[in-house]
Order: sequence, then C-alpha cells, then structure tokens
Amino acid sequence: MPDEPDATAGSQERDDPPRRVRIPVASIRTDAPQFQIAARNPRRAEILAGSGFLLAAAGFAGFGAAYWQNYSNFWLGLTFSVGFGGLGYGMVVWGKYLMPRGPFSESRHDLAPTSVQREEFVQDFASRGKVAVERRGFLVKTLGLASGILGVVLAMPFIRSLGPLPHKVLRQTAWRRGSYLVDITGRKIKTGDLEVGGFTTVFPETDIGGAYSQTMLIRVDPPPASGYLKPPPQFAKQRATWAPQGYIAFSKVCTHAGCPVGLYQELTKKMLCPCHQSLFDVTDAATPIFGPAPRPLPQLPLYIDDEGYFRAQDGYDEPVGPGYWERGND
Amino acid sequence: MIDALFNWFDERLGISGSGRKMLNKIFPDHWSFLIGEIALYSFIVLLGTGVFLTLYFVPSSKDVIYQGSYAPLRGQPVSEAFASTLNLSFAVRGGLLMRQMHHWAANIFVGSIVVHMLRIFFTGAFRKPRELNWIVGSTLLILAIFNGFLGYSLPDDLVSGTGLRISFSIVESIPLIGSYAAFFLFGGNFPGNAIIPRFFILHVLILPAVIVGLLSAHLGMLVRQKHTQFPGRGNTPRNVVGAPLWPTFVAKTTGFMCLTVAVTGVLSAFFQINPVWLYGPYVPYKVSYAVQPDWYMGWLDGALRIMPSWEIVGFGHMIPNVFFPAILLPGITFGVLQMWPFIEARLTHDHAEHQILDRPRDRPKRTAFGAAVFSFYFVLFGASATDVLANYLSISLNVVLTSFRFLAVIVPLVVFPVTFRICKEMQSVPTAGKRKRANVVLRSAEGGYSTVPSEERPGDTVPRVDPLPLDEDFQFVTVLAGAVAAGDGQAGNGHVEDSEPVPPDEVHDGRRRGGIFKIPRAYR
Ligand code: HEM
Ligand code: FES
Repeated sequence: MPDEPDATAGSQERDDPPRRVRIPVASIRTDAPQFQIAARNPRRAEILAGSGFLLAAAGFAGFGAAYWQNYSNFWLGLTFSVGFGGLGYGMVVWGKYLMPRGPFSESRHDLAPTSVQREEFVQDFASRGKVAVERRGFLVKTLGLASGILGVVLAMPFIRSLGPLPHKVLRQTAWRRGSYLVDITGRKIKTGDLEVGGFTTVFPETDIGGAYSQTMLIRVDPPPASGYLKPPPQFAKQRATWAPQGYIAFSKVCTHAGCPVGLYQELTKKMLCPCHQSLFDVTDAATPIFGPAPRPLPQLPLYIDDEGYFRAQDGYDEPVGPGYWERGND
Repeated sequence: MIDALFNWFDERLGISGSGRKMLNKIFPDHWSFLIGEIALYSFIVLLGTGVFLTLYFVPSSKDVIYQGSYAPLRGQPVSEAFASTLNLSFAVRGGLLMRQMHHWAANIFVGSIVVHMLRIFFTGAFRKPRELNWIVGSTLLILAIFNGFLGYSLPDDLVSGTGLRISFSIVESIPLIGSYAAFFLFGGNFPGNAIIPRFFILHVLILPAVIVGLLSAHLGMLVRQKHTQFPGRGNTPRNVVGAPLWPTFVAKTTGFMCLTVAVTGVLSAFFQINPVWLYGPYVPYKVSYAVQPDWYMGWLDGALRIMPSWEIVGFGHMIPNVFFPAILLPGITFGVLQMWPFIEARLTHDHAEHQILDRPRDRPKRTAFGAAVFSFYFVLFGASATDVLANYLSISLNVVLTSFRFLAVIVPLVVFPVTFRICKEMQSVPTAGKRKRANVVLRSAEGGYSTVPSEERPGDTVPRVDPLPLDEDFQFVTVLAGAVAAGDGQAGNGHVEDSEPVPPDEVHDGRRRGGIFKIPRAYR
C-alpha cells in the first residue's frame, strides 16, 4: 500500500525528513474509451443543458417576481418548480452526456481485519486493561453503583414529572348524582327540547365540552313501554328507569379507540362511530353489533326533575371509553 | 485563488489522500440505486421547509379567538397552534407553499424509504456484511413514520386531533404500563394541553437530530462497505463498477436533488394537501367524517378497522382490543423487519459475504415471501378505506368489512405461490426482463410475411467496454528514494519499472506550488 513507506518516514527524526519520490504507477490514459463523453453530439447536449439552466434562471426570476407581488400559491409553486426543474434537467444532461461515459471501477478491500491485526488489537486492549481495570474490582463496583444511581435518579424527573398518575381518573367522569344535562352552550335540556328521533350532545355543567363526559342524548320513538329500548336481561331490572319517556343517554366515547360516536340513524336506531365504523344498537343497551368495538357504550341513568329538566340519577357505573390494563371486569 | 485555498486546507488537514479516494468512489449505474437518493433529498426538503414553518408556527394549545384573514372561521375559539397554521396558510407570503411542500415531502420521504427498502430486500443487499445497515435503515423508516405522525398532529385540526385521540387509546392499551405511559406522554388525561408543545419539540428537534445521526451512520457505512452491484460485465465481488463521484455522480445527483425539489413543488402548486381550514379546529366531541390519515399510517388504520371485536379480560385486568392491531402488529412487523437478515441467514444457512446482488427471480422463496407479506400490508392499507369503498360501490359496510377480513388472510396465501411460479418461469427464460430489439414484420408484394430485426438504436452502437479501474491505474506512490533502488515495498507492482521518478513537490517559503487545477503536464 502506498502509505506504508510514509509510515516509516514518519517514524524517522522529524528535523531530517527522508527524501521522498513520487512515482506515477501508470500513465493516465485519458484516451481510453471510458473517458470519452457519452454524447455523440456534444454541441446538442450542451444546448439542452444550457437551455435547462436558462429556464431555471427564468423560473427563479419568476419566483422572485411572484413573491414580490404576493401572487397565489399556484404561481409561487410553479415558478419555484420551473426553476428547480430546469436546474435539475441541466445538471442531469450535463452529467449523463458530457462527462466520461465509463464504466469505471474501484476495488473492494476486505473489511474484516487480518488475524494478526485482530490479535494485536486484543493484545493491546487486554494487556493494558488487565493492569488498569481487572485488578480494580472495587473501583469498578463503586463506579457502577454511582452511575447506576445517577441513571435511576435522572430517569425520575424525565419520566415521573411528565404527568400525573392515572389513579382513578379513568374510572370517573364529571357526571355526578343530580347533574343537569346541558348542551355545549350551557343550556339545560328539558323535556320537549328534542324532536322524536332527535339527538344532541350533552355535558354535566361542570365539564362543558369535556372529552370524557360527552354524552349522547337521544329521543327514541316509541317510548320504551311499547317494546323498544329493552335492555338485555342482565340489565333489565336495573336499567328499567334509566330512560324516562324514551329519552336515553349513552357515553359518546367509543369503547374501541375513544372517538366520539357522533352519528345516530333514526331509521335503524343505531349509533355509528365514524373512526372505524363500529355500530351500536340503541335499542339493545348500545351493544356493538358491527365493527371492532368490543363493549357496549355505558348508559347514563336519567330522570326528569319536577321542573322538567333532565338530570343524572348518578354518574356512569363503569369507566367510559377504551379499555386499559387496570380496567378488569368493571 | 481556489488552488491557494485548497493548499491552505490541505496542508493543515491533509485532505488530498482520503479526498482522492472519495473522488474515485464508484456509484453503480442501475436506476434502483436512485430510490435511496429520493429519500435523502426529500429529507433535505423537509429540513428546509420545516425550518421555515418553525418561524411562524406557535406550538401551543392555548385557546384564542381566531381573527385572521380566513373569513369562515373568524371569531371562533381555536388553539394558538391552529390559528398559526391558518396564518401560515393565508397570511405568510409563500407560507402555504412551504406547508404543502413540507407535507408532500413527508409523504415522498416515507414512500421512497419503503420502496428503497423493498429494493434492498428483493435483491438480497442486506446480507453479510450489510446487516447493520439494514437495521439502521429500518430504524430510519420507523422514525420517519413517527415523525410524520407527530408533524401531522401539530396543526391541532379536527382530523389530526381525532388521530391523537386514537393514539392516546393505543398507548393506553399497552398491558401493565399503558395508562401510565399515556398520562405521562400527554401530561395527564386526554386531551390535556401538553401534547402539542411536546410533540413539537420531538418533531422539530429530537427526532430530526436522531434521523440526521442515523442517516450519517447509514451513509458512512455505505462508503466504508461500498455499494453492492448487480451481476454484469466486469462486475466482480472484488470491485464496484459505475460512475465516479467526481464529476459524473456529483452532476447527476445534484440534478436529481433539484428534480426532487421540483416535483415536490409541482405537487404543492397543483394539489392541495391537508387543508386544515376545511376540517376546522379540534373539539373533542365533534366528529370528522371519512377521515383518512396520511398514507403511511393507512395500514394501521386498516388493521384497527378489520380487527374482530375481541378483548381479553381476566384476573381483574384487561388487554384491550386496540392492543392487537395497533401495538402487537406493528411490534411484530418492525421486529421481524429489523431482524430479517439474521432470520434469513438462519433459514438458508448462508453466512457468506455477498457483494453481488440477487436478481429477485433467482431467489423465488424470498421473493414470494416478500411479495406475500407486502400484499398483506397492502390489504390492510385498502381496509383503511372501508367506508369510502362502501359509499363508492354502494354496498353495505358490512360486506366490505367482512371481505377485507377474508382478503387479509387469503391474498397473501395466493400471492406466495403465484410469485413463486412467476420466478420459476422467468428463470427458465434467459432473456426475460431484458430490453429486446424489436422485430419488424414485412409483407412482400406476393402477400408473404417475413421478419427482420429493427435497426439498431443509438444506445446499442456505443460499444460496451470493460470497466476501467480508477484506483489502481492512477496511483502516485510516494516512496523513500532509496527504497526504489532496493525494490522495496513495490515488489509486486509491475508498472514501477517503466516510470520515472518525479522530484518531490517544490516547496518555497513553506508554501507548496501546484494544486488541483494544475495537473502535471505529463498527465494532461
Ligand atoms: C422526518 C422528517 C419530517 C417529517 C416526516 C415531517 C412531517 C410533517 C408533517 C406531515 C406535518 C404536517 C404538515 C401540515 O400539513 O400542516 C409537519 C408539520 C410541521 N413540521 Fe415537519 N416533518 C419532518 C421534519 C421537520 C423538521 C426538521 C422541522 C423543523 C426544523 C419540521 C417542522 C414542522 C413544523 C413547524 C410543523 C407544523 C407547521 C404546520 O403544520 O403548519 N418538520 N411535519
Ligand atoms: S374509535 Fe370508534 S370504532 Fe374505533
């Protein structure tokens, strides 16, 4: 290799460098066919590349003008792209037709070192390592202890400070016993506010617009007495009073991935989640009948107070929304 | 002037030696090697346009009343992030162009990485000694997808906010640590107001820095290990054939970079992307209809949609439904992806070094497997449009969804044997895939037909020559004067005898004469 004599030279005394000689190993054969340019008509290629650059000049000038005059996005983008397109075209033509056509090659050398090199490396590393590290077991352990503690302690502010612990937050919404049902403007919902088949998004007064307390209030016809809205047997008794006068309320947070289940089809009495198209049957305790949602939407127990306002008999009796590890069966 | 400058640096840093090696670095001519360059250049577009966006974007979810120039939303409460995105789109000069170019470049970036990766996969370029670079490359893919998602979430519009809602649920679904991870990531329960600033710093600083680092490692390894190449005339495992960095590749690749910028610009001029003002600001209780994420998230969205409604409950714990399509599936996908070189080596017992690429047909099993896996993700991607398809074809959503569930299983099972057969057939046709010279059918006056080959095309007349080794033929060897006489160190080199010793560079007043543009007369 060319460097080796250099290496010996370097090890000699600095003040008296040895005489060096540069030897060309072979003459450059610029007449080799590989050095001929690819174009058979270089003049033409030159004109093409040159027009590309002129176009680019025009494009960039146009961009400047368009920017200055505050033209639309369309003109800005067009002039900008004409500029870069011309530039790119010119460069590619230049490189493809007016440069040595090749092919050229370079040789590939082994990446893996020879066994001697490896040996030497291991020797150097291990022999010094033995003296410096291996006999200092005590230092290694104490150093490890200190860095370990540093690692753990550093992790604390970086992880623990990021947010509060979930604790019971996921189990509860802002709905409480007696909460009024209000719409997004804060207006309390009364009987008669909804047409039959109508629906609206309601919140507790304390959390208007809340991501978890959003609830869909639907007026279903005919009222439950006539056979609609029959909860599944296991709920039948408990939920019998939850939907007074055909007004029924379900959590709007999809049990799949939490999107708002915002579509209600009066004809089929189904709620549809637009994210992954889960379909919930309102007449059957919002059981999912289609799509990936695994659980029914929780139902909010309603009552109508003496003044005709809708209120919650209680909060949701299960966590709303998608599942999580600690959720278990409830 | 340039000479003097060059000498100045060369004397201090010694660039000539390794610099010359760099100039002679060979880049194979095959078109498929360009795909990775698209990825690189669209990343550069992302950096450039991204810096512009940071000058105007306000990463805050604080509520403000929008007072800007987009009339339909004026007077509405929106977050500062959303307001500043509208401001970028309507008030900042060139802002919409930069925003759209940023978004288009993101799509091109991830797309070209995927295609680049398919090229590497199907030609076996990941085999020893390049396994490490495969791992770095696939990590880059993951980071690109992540960063694209983070950026997509920044404008705080109805569509991206819905995406954030789903991601919260996905993080929440991780067994054991899910709810903690989600709370720490979002700074509390969804939606909170920490997520936009946090995603912002990840998006504009941390992930780009990691990407730049890995990209450098990726290219550094490429230089160190040199390119692979297809079998061909003069191509051996001991050389690399193609165009040298200087000047051919520099010209072509700079041109190519400009063309990438131009294409991004054209897309942004002609095709609107992510018009957030039409979606409106994010409000947790509002829905956005027919929402599609950026294409590279499509397979996840599709997987979420066609996953059956299962959920595992027991012992007071739950493994939620979304865990399977959105955590487990990507986990397995990226895990297998990263480990593929080792998986394949174990299956084939092939632990040898490979510098010459496979033609896909010559490895029918790998090709068939790759095609089958790819088709699976393609079906998932299609499944992210179930609602659009059902509308468009006027069939019930139910039918579309059920069909996709079946397709996801059946399509890969069909693609595998079909690809396998095609490979086998192509193997037996030696000219398959080669450019053929057309035949011209002539009809004689009597009505008879005869066939003659068409005239040669210009490209055919250029004689193919053997590659000229750049590094071996033009070496200047610096040796000790005495060593030449003794025949030391140069014993193996046959050229030495017929060359004349050249005196060392003249040095006057400590300055060296000559330079890059002063080629010794003998070599002009
Ligand atoms: C891996 C590279 C990157 C990808 C894939 C990417 C992708 C995206 C995407 C898809 C958006 C949404 C754009 C929209 O339609 O509004 C975005 C927004 C943004 N990106 Fe990037 N980006 C990348 C790198 C960067 C870098 C390096 C910066 C800054 C130095 C940056 C700054 C921004 C800013 C400020 C926004 C928000 C502006 C807005 O949405 O109006 N990005 N990014
Ligand atoms: S979030 Fe409702 S179906 Fe996925």
